[in-house]
Amino acid sequence: MALSGIQIYKMLPQTNCKECGFPTCLAFAMKLAAKQVELSACPYVTEESKKQLAESAAPPVRLITLKAGTEVKAGNEVVMFRHEKTFYNKPGLFLRLKASDADLAKKAAAADAYKVNYVGMDFTLDGFAIEADGDLSAAVKTVRGVSKRPLILISNDPAALDKALSQLAGETALIYAADPSKYETLADTAAKHKAVLTVRGDSLEALADLTPKIQAKGVEDMVLDLGGKTLGEWLTLSTQARRLALKSNFKPLGYPVIFFAGQNGPEKEPVYAAQAISKYAGFVVLDTFTPELAYALLVLRENIYTDPQKPIQVQPGIYEINAPKPESPVLVTTNFSITYFSVANEVEGSGLPAWLVVTDAEGMSVLTAWAAGKFDAERIAKAVKEFNLAEKVSKKRIVLPGHVAVLSGELEEELSGWEIRVGPREAVDLPAFMKQALN
Amino acid sequence: MPIDIPKDKWPGSIKKITLGATAAEGGTRAKSITLGGQTTLPYLHFEAPTPNSPAIAIEIKSRKPEDWSPLLAEVWGEAMNDPAKWAKKAEEAGADLIVLALMLADSPDDAVKAVKSVLSASGLPLIVWGPGQAEKDNELLVPVAEAAKGEKLVLGICEDKNYRTIVATAMANGHLIEARTPMDVNLAKQLNILITDMGLPADRILMDPTTGALGYGIEYGYSVMERLRLAALQGDSMTQLPMIVTPGFEAWKAKESKVGEGVPESWGDWKARAVHWETLTAVALVESGADVIVLRHPESVKRVKSAIEELVMA
Repeated sequence: MALSGIQIYKMLPQTNCKECGFPTCLAFAMKLAAKQVELSACPYVTEESKKQLAESAAPPVRLITLKAGTEVKAGNEVVMFRHEKTFYNKPGLFLRLKASDADLAKKAAAADAYKVNYVGMDFTLDGFAIEADGDLSAAVKTVRGVSKRPLILISNDPAALDKALSQLAGETALIYAADPSKYETLADTAAKHKAVLTVRGDSLEALADLTPKIQAKGVEDMVLDLGGKTLGEWLTLSTQARRLALKSNFKPLGYPVIFFAGQNGPEKEPVYAAQAISKYAGFVVLDTFTPELAYALLVLRENIYTDPQKPIQVQPGIYEINAPKPESPVLVTTNFSITYFSVANEVEGSGLPAWLVVTDAEGMSVLTAWAAGKFDAERIAKAVKEFNLAEKVSKKRIVLPGHVAVLSGELEEELSGWEIRVGPREAVDLPAFMKQALN
Repeated sequence: MPIDIPKDKWPGSIKKITLGATAAEGGTRAKSITLGGQTTLPYLHFEAPTPNSPAIAIEIKSRKPEDWSPLLAEVWGEAMNDPAKWAKKAEEAGADLIVLALMLADSPDDAVKAVKSVLSASGLPLIVWGPGQAEKDNELLVPVAEAAKGEKLVLGICEDKNYRTIVATAMANGHLIEARTPMDVNLAKQLNILITDMGLPADRILMDPTTGALGYGIEYGYSVMERLRLAALQGDSMTQLPMIVTPGFEAWKAKESKVGEGVPESWGDWKARAVHWETLTAVALVESGADVIVLRHPESVKRVKSAIEELVMA
């Protein structure tokens, strides 16, 4: 937990020597608390204070990065609820594969190639968890033949792990998992290969006992498996671990959490994964890969991890709805995602073809953008020209949202040769308007 | 190492409300449903038990809707032509209560007939929605409220532009109301104040904070619900009401659920995707504090029900 200025002041020499550039130690402490200066500006601070201050500056949930050809990060979270600030590092979605699987290469290749577009962003899975029910290093080699994504190795056999990790030089993999009965050799293996080590225990107490011991063996980067058997238990455990880290600055549990969504069968897997995504998991391991499930989970993750201060924007441009022809109507709206979806959904649902021009209104809705001067005649005209709309359509007619009817005169001047029509205020009335007024 | 788990102690709690009235309570329902009563955030049993499990409603319509996805038409089949049969089938599919949505084509007589037929076909508590146009809602809901006097229906949907007539008839006939506001904590509070100012007790209001489907704004609904629940627990009485959400309506509006053709291959199997879309939307909202979850597909009902059971289990 971050220290206050007064708490920091108590650790400073309190001599007001001014060598740091501030008139008093208290002023310097205040700047430190606000993270606007570095402690190194004070030449007289003791080693003991330095250590304490460094500890207090460490993030409550340690940042863990798994690295291969791509990277996935977890941790560094600072809030319990997304509206308090935002959730930062989207939980990595990993697919569990068995080393013994004859179709290992095929399954890994299919999941690796999966890519889906959501409001202009491409999403993929983040990596693979390989279960050592057969030759682990052979399986690692097979998966590496088709995918460069980070790996989780599921084994508690130090020799097998050592051999497999030797093939992953330069990468950061995650080992699953050390438990109280067998952690020393696994910690040594993790330390040797600079791998991250998962720690598993029957209770938060057991975990909190174990992580300092593993740390003492030279492994700083850990991930926690909290145990539990039902949605209710997982919610409790993940809430408690997150609270302990954030509110009590409890270092032994200040690590990201891994969750296996397939543990009670494929039917429950989607719901389990969904809770893990909204409730604090850092890594989510799936047993099932289907495009429809991957898509739904990737979208949920994006939604939950969207910064509430910065709404999702869609890419400005011309969107084709229901395969429009040159004579189809042209509608204009802003690039706030909810606005875009309201309009696109209504038109799509109606089955009527249309060109939808989405202008760059900095992610604001129609009325807000208009009030802020981000959705005016000039910007609309600029979009129409920039996107070469005239080359796509034969009927030069644009429908404005009803809320900005006031712009129609100005827009006529900006876009000579175009007919400007005022549409309905609400998206829901668009299909009727298009049927009745545009024919 | 013993660990001191930080626990929240809240000054406020959610009001208990009861939907539906049994014969002993002046109605004809086989059972009534009590919601609310929470004294902490959803399902944190280490702080307090969950006094009342959230309830799942299945949405049916007074006539066969032409704009519903073929996947829903396939699963409900012929029953969609008859609200009584549809209600019966919904009850068999595991619904705790029924939402009957009246339609624009209904006359007041049609509406009363549909409500009565559903009430006699199923013993579950009933929520009745107007078709969603102010004048028409009032025209249909008033005779419905009178005809079902004493049943403790929930009448909806009240919005800031149209709540007076519905609230008045709910008061006169012993019903509850659903109060919907567009994803905003202050607007939700304000509407609850306006409605209670008319004299309807707060324990006869179900609050509908509005939600978006997965991919279509769910994060706004999710966070508004978390904030409403936090405000309620902190003691703000006008937010201390159980919440109703409509993931079925929202998810089945989304292209991901509604259509199977002309979509990217990366969206995968249509039917499985549609159920994921509705289920995941619903489960996220259950986690953020929903008390009544209105769904459309029986498979989603099954999955959300199972999730709720696992969450409520102490």
